[in-house]
Amino acid sequence: MDENISISVNNLSKNYGKVSAIKNADFQIKKGEIVGLLGPNGAGKSTTMRILGGLLRADSGSATVCGLSVADNSLAIKRKIGFMQENNPLPEDLRVMEYLKLRAELKEVDSKKLSTEVRRVMDLCDLFRTARRKIIRSLSKGFKQRVGIADALIGSPEIIILDEPTIGLDPHQIQGIRKLIDSLRGKYTVLISSHILSEIERNCDRVIIINHGRVVAMGTKPELSEEFIKENHLRLQVSGNIESLITRLKSAKEDYEIKEEQSEQNDYSTIVIKSTEALDISDYTEIVNQISHCQLKGINLIKPDLEAIFLAATKRSWEEIRIKS
Amino acid sequence: MRHFFTLVRHEIRLLFIAPPTYVASVLFILLMGFIYWAILRSMTLVPQDTSAITQFFSLFWLPVFFTVPLLTMRSIAEEKNQATLQTLFSAPVPKYAIVLSKFFAAYLLYLILWVLTLYFPLITFNLLSDNLSNASLVNASEIIGSLIFISLSGILFIAIGIFTSSLTRSQLVAGMLCFTFLFIICIGGQQLEYATYNYFAQGSFFFEGIQYVNVIRHFEDFSLGILDTRPFVFYLSISILLLSLTVNMIDSKA
Repeated sequence: MDENISISVNNLSKNYGKVSAIKNADFQIKKGEIVGLLGPNGAGKSTTMRILGGLLRADSGSATVCGLSVADNSLAIKRKIGFMQENNPLPEDLRVMEYLKLRAELKEVDSKKLSTEVRRVMDLCDLFRTARRKIIRSLSKGFKQRVGIADALIGSPEIIILDEPTIGLDPHQIQGIRKLIDSLRGKYTVLISSHILSEIERNCDRVIIINHGRVVAMGTKPELSEEFIKENHLRLQVSGNIESLITRLKSAKEDYEIKEEQSEQNDYSTIVIKSTEALDISDYTEIVNQISHCQLKGINLIKPDLEAIFLAATKRSWEEIRIKS
Repeated sequence: MRHFFTLVRHEIRLLFIAPPTYVASVLFILLMGFIYWAILRSMTLVPQDTSAITQFFSLFWLPVFFTVPLLTMRSIAEEKNQATLQTLFSAPVPKYAIVLSKFFAAYLLYLILWVLTLYFPLITFNLLSDNLSNASLVNASEIIGSLIFISLSGILFIAIGIFTSSLTRSQLVAGMLCFTFLFIICIGGQQLEYATYNYFAQGSFFFEGIQYVNVIRHFEDFSLGILDTRPFVFYLSISILLLSLTVNMIDSKA
């Protein structure tokens, strides 16, 4: 067993009756990594996380956390994992401090260090000053999420699993949670699930895309973009004699798309050039400059975002499923 | 055990901040106070064979019907409804510790309520003349026998409440199920004994079996100071079975 691996999942499957929630999932997460588990609703993200957290038993396959089998050591692995569940259920009648103290006791934090530990996680999640004496029911959604994350951090577990930590939050709250997750970098192995792609893109070192219970893609953003985005895109913003430029592109058999037309409100047109081969900015700058009365306002290569990668990966998996059935 | 004591403390705190606990306590004290007063009043009108305290405890089933459901209906049903049971499972806590802590917290409160009723004979004892009060108001052996029965049967009643609470997400349904089970246990045995009295010979296997499950007959034995081991086996074995089923219930729904 590689000591550098925090989580290892091999051929993991889980069915709910006839519905297959996870099918032969395989992935590994290294120590200290922040990994995003991406997928559409019902893809199997929460099921995977609940199995890793020892809350659910898999039907087949194996999962190990810090070298311990999840199936055989459910209590031991719970000591290694801080888990914030989807929708973050909390006992509404308790005060924040009471709840975190209870969780610290249940997570076997040394009684002498209990208060210090609770204070540490409250400071980390910015709860101490503002919310420590508040009843959980009276907290805003953002603060409730903070309480859930503080709970996951109690006892400094090796792995933090956060299931949809930003769901239902406003942009300010999302930014706060994002900063909080960023502060965990390097200290913990973090597995975050979300279908908010920008969140995953900003926070995570690596992404695992899951669809219909299958792992359809895994890797860093450049790796995934290389695997799934076969076309390169270049954006041209031009004004003036657009017609000549289009004629030129047609004659060169370029694949292009006009995204925005020049109008009274918009003093330039946006044209996106697509190619499976590398696109050179200088080549297209020269083409535009050669056309009379055509001015180049802007030119840049479009880097594929996670949304494009996600759509390409899930589309491919649906096509594979359709072919098999 | 460390988790168990932490959870018992937590459960007691939850019980003390839950409105049904106060409703159950107030109703219990009011009803039992009224019953004790009615027994004393009837003793002043007609001579009685049995002491006031035996008559008082013989009606143990009456407050059980509402106190036990009110104390236990929230315990698991509410946690299931709010999904906080899942949060509890994410900590390294064995499931039996969760169930036992809920059971002991409710049981402790149930016992406290019954112990509070001892104030009724004590108050009367202080108010009335000694020769009357000594014999018929505070008979230590009857009180101890009755309290042992109350404590023993309480284990089963609370276990029923915890079990029914694990069957559903709705507190109301849990409470109604608990009431039904308690009614069957408390009244069913007695009614079965009446119904079959003429069909089975006294001392026969079936008649003995029916008497064995008659909770009210158990009370009569205990109040006379007869400590038979068979009721202990009856209450404890069914309680252990129900609590084990509760652990399995929450485990299977996890």
